[in-house]
Amino acid sequence: MSAQYKLVHCTVNGKAVEKMVDVRASLTDMLRNEYHLTSVKKGCEVGECGACNVLIDGEAFNSCIYLAVWAEGKSIQTLEGLLSPEGELSDIQQAFVDETAIQCGFCTPGFIMTAVEILNTNKLYTDEELRKLLSGHLCRCTGYENIFRAVKKTMYRRQGKTIDF
Amino acid sequence: MSKVGKSEVRVDGFDKASGRTKYYEDRMPAGALYVRIKHADIAHGMVKSVDTSAAEAIDGVVKVLTCFDVPDIPFPTAGHPWSMDPGHQDVADRHLLNRHVRYWGDDVAVVIAENDVAANQGVRALKVEYEELPFVLDVQKAMEDGAPQLHERFPNNILKHTDMRKGDYQKAIEEPGLIKVEGWYDTPTVQHCHIENHGCYAYEENGRIVVVTSTQIPHIIRRAVGQALGRPWADIEIIKPYIGGGFGNKQDVLYEPLCAWCSTQVGGRCVRIDCSREETFVSNRVRHAIRFHIVTWLKKDGTIQARKVECFSNQGAYASHGHSIVAKAMGSFPQHYPCENMECDAWTVFTNRPAAGAMRGYGMPQASFADECNIEDCAKALGMESYEFRKKNIMPQGFHDAFSGNTNYYDTYRECMAKGAEYIDYARKKKEYANDTGDIRRGIGMATFWYNTAVYPISLETSSNRMLLNLDGTVTFQCGETEIGQGADTAYAQMVAEALGLASYRDVRVKSCQDTDITPTGLGAYASRQTYVAGFSIRQTADLLKEKILKYANELTRQSVACMDIVDGNIVRKEDGVVLMSLSELAMTAQYNPVHSEHITAESTYTIRNNAYSFGCTFAEVEVDIPMCKVTLKNIVNVHDCGKLINPALAAAQVHGGMSMAIGFGLSEQLIFDEKTGKPLNGNLLDYKLSTFMDHPHLEAEFIENAEPTSPFGTKALGEPPACSGAPAIRNAILDATGVAIDHNPINPHVLFAEFSKAGLIHDDWREEEK
Repeated sequence: MSAQYKLVHCTVNGKAVEKMVDVRASLTDMLRNEYHLTSVKKGCEVGECGACNVLIDGEAFNSCIYLAVWAEGKSIQTLEGLLSPEGELSDIQQAFVDETAIQCGFCTPGFIMTAVEILNTNKLYTDEELRKLLSGHLCRCTGYENIFRAVKKTMYRRQGKTIDF
Repeated sequence: MSKVGKSEVRVDGFDKASGRTKYYEDRMPAGALYVRIKHADIAHGMVKSVDTSAAEAIDGVVKVLTCFDVPDIPFPTAGHPWSMDPGHQDVADRHLLNRHVRYWGDDVAVVIAENDVAANQGVRALKVEYEELPFVLDVQKAMEDGAPQLHERFPNNILKHTDMRKGDYQKAIEEPGLIKVEGWYDTPTVQHCHIENHGCYAYEENGRIVVVTSTQIPHIIRRAVGQALGRPWADIEIIKPYIGGGFGNKQDVLYEPLCAWCSTQVGGRCVRIDCSREETFVSNRVRHAIRFHIVTWLKKDGTIQARKVECFSNQGAYASHGHSIVAKAMGSFPQHYPCENMECDAWTVFTNRPAAGAMRGYGMPQASFADECNIEDCAKALGMESYEFRKKNIMPQGFHDAFSGNTNYYDTYRECMAKGAEYIDYARKKKEYANDTGDIRRGIGMATFWYNTAVYPISLETSSNRMLLNLDGTVTFQCGETEIGQGADTAYAQMVAEALGLASYRDVRVKSCQDTDITPTGLGAYASRQTYVAGFSIRQTADLLKEKILKYANELTRQSVACMDIVDGNIVRKEDGVVLMSLSELAMTAQYNPVHSEHITAESTYTIRNNAYSFGCTFAEVEVDIPMCKVTLKNIVNVHDCGKLINPALAAAQVHGGMSMAIGFGLSEQLIFDEKTGKPLNGNLLDYKLSTFMDHPHLEAEFIENAEPTSPFGTKALGEPPACSGAPAIRNAILDATGVAIDHNPINPHVLFAEFSKAGLIHDDWREEEK
C-alpha cells in the first residue's frame, strides 16, 4: 500500500491541496477522480488528441501522459479555474461561445487551455504560427475554422486591435 | 421579430465553455465496477476454450464471463426504428460475446473488476484457444465460390443484393457513335473519430435495468437492450447525457447490451464499459468501403445515353446497418444525373473486417466520389468543360422522385454551382492554371451531391415533444431528437420561441438529457432529420399549448380566445395590441389559483410522411508538388441548399465540420489492415491521419436559402450533406492540375507516388542510377 500511494501536494486552480494518489495514476486521473475537475477529458489517453490539456506552471501539457506524482509542488490550472469568482467567462471562453467554436464540446476544454497559454505570451502570431501552435488538438466537429477565429480575435483584442474575417 | 433565421449563440455554450457539461463518464456513480473486453487476436475462427483461472486469481477481479456464458439470443444493432413488418426488420446476427469470431477485435470475454488495473490485468491473463479459419478482407473475393464463409445463412457472404432498371440499357448502348467512359472507383474504410469514445454504465433499480450511455439514439437502444437480454423492452431505461460527438457510430447499438447484461451477472451492481480509442477504431463501427464500377455511354452532344452502376459494399463482420447504406448510394445515381437507360446493382458483402455501420453521409460520400470521378472523366472524354457538362445533365428543376415523393422545386443545383464558381473564381482560374507546367502545378475542381432529409418512406418517421409552461413564463421543452454537438437544442429553442410567441429563444429551457422513462418517444439523431422532423411536432405542440394558455387567459381577462395572441411572452389583444398580461402572471395565477389551479402543459406526436431533397456542391483548389507527391489544399468552398436556415452561424459550423471530414476522406484517412493476418494496423489517432489545424485552408460555407415547402419552418437536411462532395472535388482538382485521374481515395503521397510514376510524371532516377 505505502509504496503504491504517495501524498502529492500541489496548487489546483489557485488553491493549495494535497491528496494520496496511486503512483501509477495520470494527472488526468487525479484531476478527474480526486478533484472532480471533469473538464479534463479523456479522448485517447496516450497524448494524441489534446482533450486532457491543462496548464502546469503556465505551460500546456497533455495531462494523460503526465504522472500525477510529477505534479508535486506544481501549479495546475484547468478550465474550471478560468471562471471569475462571480462565475463569468474569461475573454477566450466567451469568444468560443460567440464565434460558434463549440459543438459537442469535448475538445473545447483542452483547446481553451492551449489558447490561454498562447494568449498569455502577449504576442501577435501569424496565421501559420497560430495554426501550428493549436495543432496538438484534434476536433471532429468544427473543422477548426471557428476555433481559429475565436483564438485569433481574442489575440487581437488583447492587443487592443480588432480584426475582421 | 422572428426568432428563427438568427445566429443566436448555443443554449449549451456557457456550460461547454466553462467545463460544466456532464458527459456519461462525468456522471459515473462511485464504486462502479470496470468491465474490460477480451478482443480476438485472429481474424476468423472458433473459440475452443477460454481458461479464466489466472484472471480469476487476480486481486480485485470480481467475475469473468465468456462467450460460453452468454444467452443464445441473436440481436440486431442497426439504429433503425423498429418495424412491425418482420420482413423489414434488421438482421439479428449478434451475440453479447462470440464463439465464432469474425474479425480481429471481435468480443470474446469480459473481466469485471473493482478497478481498471485489475480488469486490464485480468483480460491479459485470459488464455483463449482458437480453431483458426481462413479469412477474407476484399469485398469481391468474399463473393467468390469457396471463399471463407462468415454467416451460415448468407451464401457467398452476400448479405443482400438489390437492383434498379430503367429503360433498356443493352439496347441503348448499341446506338452507333457513342463514347464509353468506364471506371472502377474505390473508397476506403474510415472511422468517425468523435473525440469522446463510446462508453456506458448500467445498474439495476427497482427490478429494472438503467443504462446511461453515450449514444445518438436512446429510444432505439432501449429496444435493442431488451431484445439482447430477452427482457421486456419496458424493463429497460436508457439515459442519454451530453455526448462528445457521434457521426453515426453512436447511431448503432454498441456496448449497451453487454454492459446491461454484465450488471445482471453481478447482482445489479453498477458496471461501466469505457472504450479506449483503439477499441473505438476497431470494435465499434466504421464507414463502408464501397467499390463502384461505372460505365457511362455518351452522345457526342454531351447527353448521357445510358449508365451501368455496380456497387460492392464491404460490410465487415456483422450486418449492422447493412444494405441500407449501399442501397442509398446506388439510389443516388438515377436522380443525380438522370438518364433514360440505367442498370444499377448493389451488393452488401460480409468480410473479416470491423463491422461497418452508419457514418455521416450514409453511403453518399462514397457514391459522390465515384459518380463525380466518372462524370469528370465523361466531360474530359467529350472535350467539354465539366462545369457545363454537369449543368447540362444534372437533376433539373421540377424533377420528381415517385418513391420519396421529393420534387426539385427550384433550380437549386445550378444556383449552388453558380455561387460556388463565383466565390472561387472558377472560370478564370481554370484557364490560368491550364498553363502551369513544371514541378508545381495548380488545379481547380468541383463536385456535387444530393441528399434526402430523414428516412420517410423507408422507415417510420415520427417526432414527439412536450412543452411545459413554467412559473416565470418560460417553457420547458423535451423531445427525443438528440443533441449530439450539432446544435439541435438551440435550433429547437428558436423554433419553439417562434411557434409560441416567446420573447427570446432563451425563454425555452431545452432538457438536453433524454431519459426513455420520461422523454417523449423520438428516434434520435440521424439521417439529417432532427431540425426537419422536430419542426413538424414543435408547430403542432406549440399550437396545443397556446390554445390551453389562451383558454386560461380567457378566464382571467374575459377576452375571447379568438381575439388574443401571444407576442413576445405576453398575452395581447390582437386588434389593438394591448398587453393583457404576461405569461409569467398567467402561469403563477394558474398554478396557485385556489378555485382553478392548472399545470399548463402539452405534448404531441407527429408522424412525418414527407421527405425533402437537400443539395450542394464543393469547389476545391489545389497546388500539387509533383516530385514531392504532395497536395496542398489552397481553397475550398461548399454551397448548400438546406432550405431556410434556423441559425446561420450554427449551420455554417455544421458545414465546416463536414468539409473537414470530406478533406480527410479525400486526402488522408484510411484504416488499413495486414493482408497476412487481418489485423488493423493504424487504429489510433497517431497513425490514422485525421486532419489537424495544419491540413486545412479557410473553410468557406455558403448557402442558397430556397424554402422547403413541406417543412413548417422551410428547413431541410444539413447535418450530413457537407461531408459528401469534398473528396471528389479535390480529386478533380488534382486531375486538373496534373492530368492524372486517381480513382481511389484517400489520395495520399503513397498513392500519388504510384500514380505519378505510372503516368511518367516522376522518374525514380536514384534507382536507375544504381542499376
